[in-house]
Amino acid sequence: MRDIAIVSYAQSDCVRDAGARNEVELIMPVIKNALGAVGLNNAQDVDFTCSGSCDYQQGAAFAFVLGVDALGAVPPIKESHVEMDAAWALYEAILKIRMGHADSALVYGFGKSSPGELPAVLSQQLDPYYLGPLWVDSVSLAAMQARLMLDQGLISEQDMAEVVVRSRRNAMANNPHAQLKGEVSTESLLAQDRWVSPLRKHDCAPVSDGATAMVICDLEKAHAWGVPYAIIRGIDHRMETHNLGARDLTRSRSTEQAAAACGVANGEVEIAELYAPFSHQEIILTKALGLSETTTVNPSGGVLAGNLMMASGLSRIGEVAQRIIAGECKRGVAHATSGPCLQHNLVTVLEAA
Amino acid sequence: MSQSEILSQEFELGFTYTRSTGPVVGRFLTALRDRNIVGIKGSDGAVYVPPMEYDPNTAEELSEFVEVGQAGEVVSWCWVSEPRESHPHDTAFAWAMIKLDGADIPMVHSVRVEREADMKTGMRVKVQWADEPRGHITDIACFVVEGAESPLGAAGMNAKREMITGMEAPIYLKYHFTAGAATSRFLGKVRQGKLVGQRCPSCNNVYIPPRGSCAACGVATEEEVEVADKCTLESFTIVYIPIPNNPIQPPYIIANLIPDGANISFIHLLSECVNEEIHIGQRVQAVWKPEAEWTYAMDNIKYFKPIDEPDVPIEQIGKIPAAGVPAAGAPVTGREG
Ligand SMILES: [Zn+2]
Repeated sequence: MRDIAIVSYAQSDCVRDAGARNEVELIMPVIKNALGAVGLNNAQDVDFTCSGSCDYQQGAAFAFVLGVDALGAVPPIKESHVEMDAAWALYEAILKIRMGHADSALVYGFGKSSPGELPAVLSQQLDPYYLGPLWVDSVSLAAMQARLMLDQGLISEQDMAEVVVRSRRNAMANNPHAQLKGEVSTESLLAQDRWVSPLRKHDCAPVSDGATAMVICDLEKAHAWGVPYAIIRGIDHRMETHNLGARDLTRSRSTEQAAAACGVANGEVEIAELYAPFSHQEIILTKALGLSETTTVNPSGGVLAGNLMMASGLSRIGEVAQRIIAGECKRGVAHATSGPCLQHNLVTVLEAA
Repeated sequence: MSQSEILSQEFELGFTYTRSTGPVVGRFLTALRDRNIVGIKGSDGAVYVPPMEYDPNTAEELSEFVEVGQAGEVVSWCWVSEPRESHPHDTAFAWAMIKLDGADIPMVHSVRVEREADMKTGMRVKVQWADEPRGHITDIACFVVEGAESPLGAAGMNAKREMITGMEAPIYLKYHFTAGAATSRFLGKVRQGKLVGQRCPSCNNVYIPPRGSCAACGVATEEEVEVADKCTLESFTIVYIPIPNNPIQPPYIIANLIPDGANISFIHLLSECVNEEIHIGQRVQAVWKPEAEWTYAMDNIKYFKPIDEPDVPIEQIGKIPAAGVPAAGAPVTGREG
């Protein structure tokens, strides 16, 4: 099977409200940066382009089509879109390259969540007969998941606060694009009121606007371009039932399955970037991926430091790739999620060339 | 480049869906209407409430319905101290996963108690029916503490009524929509009665309305270019059917128009014309509303009307400079009104 390389990655700042910038204005700078890093001009210079976004976030129908205005799509390009996180757009692009239909691809994701009320918008991804009409929001569902774990003694509120402390600290040290960063203490966090009990506000990822982009290619192309890269050694995704009551919410079976399928355990995991929009979910994922004490989890701060809905999954992969390319480590794992309470999970194993 | 204000407005997006329920969901909703609750047996015998159509583990089609109790145990819960507008209750309440008596799989619904301290994992709760069940998940108004008094009517009053086969499931979402920087600048100029596009630094095409990029080149556009309100007809269609909520009465003409000085068309209405005589290459000009009515909208221009200028040959459409048709010799006039 053809090995695939990540040759560049760019992300915008995570901001609470991108204000006047429309989709194109959000996307264009990161695409320019991702392409420019490899000496490319526009989407004409790659064989395939794939994006991830969700129109419900900003309430603008076919916003993803307008995003194509950022690409330079004349003459026509081969292009596709997933109404999902762009990590799944990467998955599609990888399949395209593995099938021999492309040697290189541009992948990007964008999310402008500020115009709407994100937790309410996300309630409409639930089953439309039993849960959608109740408008059960994403924060409430995660809160029930957290309580299951607290009740069973699998985690403590102290554990959850420690996840937040580490996120803010790592974001401060390593992530110029983070929205939330800084030095906080578990005591000060635990002194805060609960928001959707048992969750406190800081247990939940912020609502962010922004975009991310990545260029991938086969190894021959990477050598031809003469650029450093990280190799995608394995990628797999699995999904669980939409019926929350039928799932064991205290673990992530789909992450366990995806991790086994893409070979997470085949070597040391030096760093891991996990898409955990709620603090307790980082603990679930760490366990599901079988990570040990020696793994540095979320060196970027993860999505608790900034959550680009529909783009942060691709960012997780980009963050690991970037650190491998910079020579900071040799092997890492990235995780992306979608759906309520970690319903659908994608795991990627990345290695140095 | 001038800095203009950020334009934004509130809007509500509505999807007025009616969903067909199929035999499994329909059976559950029919039971709810009759103030009963049914589950379904999964492949391993576990009882799912609400019933699933297919077993989540084996994908087997399920069909063995089981009536379950109207009370049960809270498996997990969260406390919503500040309900959202979309939530079913407007004062603090709990969402809970509730395992009904006779069920194995918990369901998600709301529990109403006075305060968070009244909630406890493992507590017993019972259904509080809506006043007028109609075959909808909200026929369960909420759950309440099992021992509590509830103003509950008699159950199963008329089991002979028809099976529920559909349900209304409208979705309304509110947004605070912000126009992009390019759109804001464009609309700011429209408010002053000017049409201002943006030129691509790479291919020199002028876009109107501008979106901040050249779609062909994939580069940002910044240079602003005022174009004329005289246009050439690139294409058009005559609309004969009424469109719901559109105040314009058919027949009317929608046209792709390229203003002098721009290279890409926009869409607007044509009027003051004989519909049958409209043709590609025809010259038209904007008919503006009175200046006092100008706002941040393209309908500052009521419509475009034909003017007495020679047709533009097809190969010249989209290539006319802002000063007007070069060889025609006709004086370039300012806008009327
Ligand atoms: Zn151009």
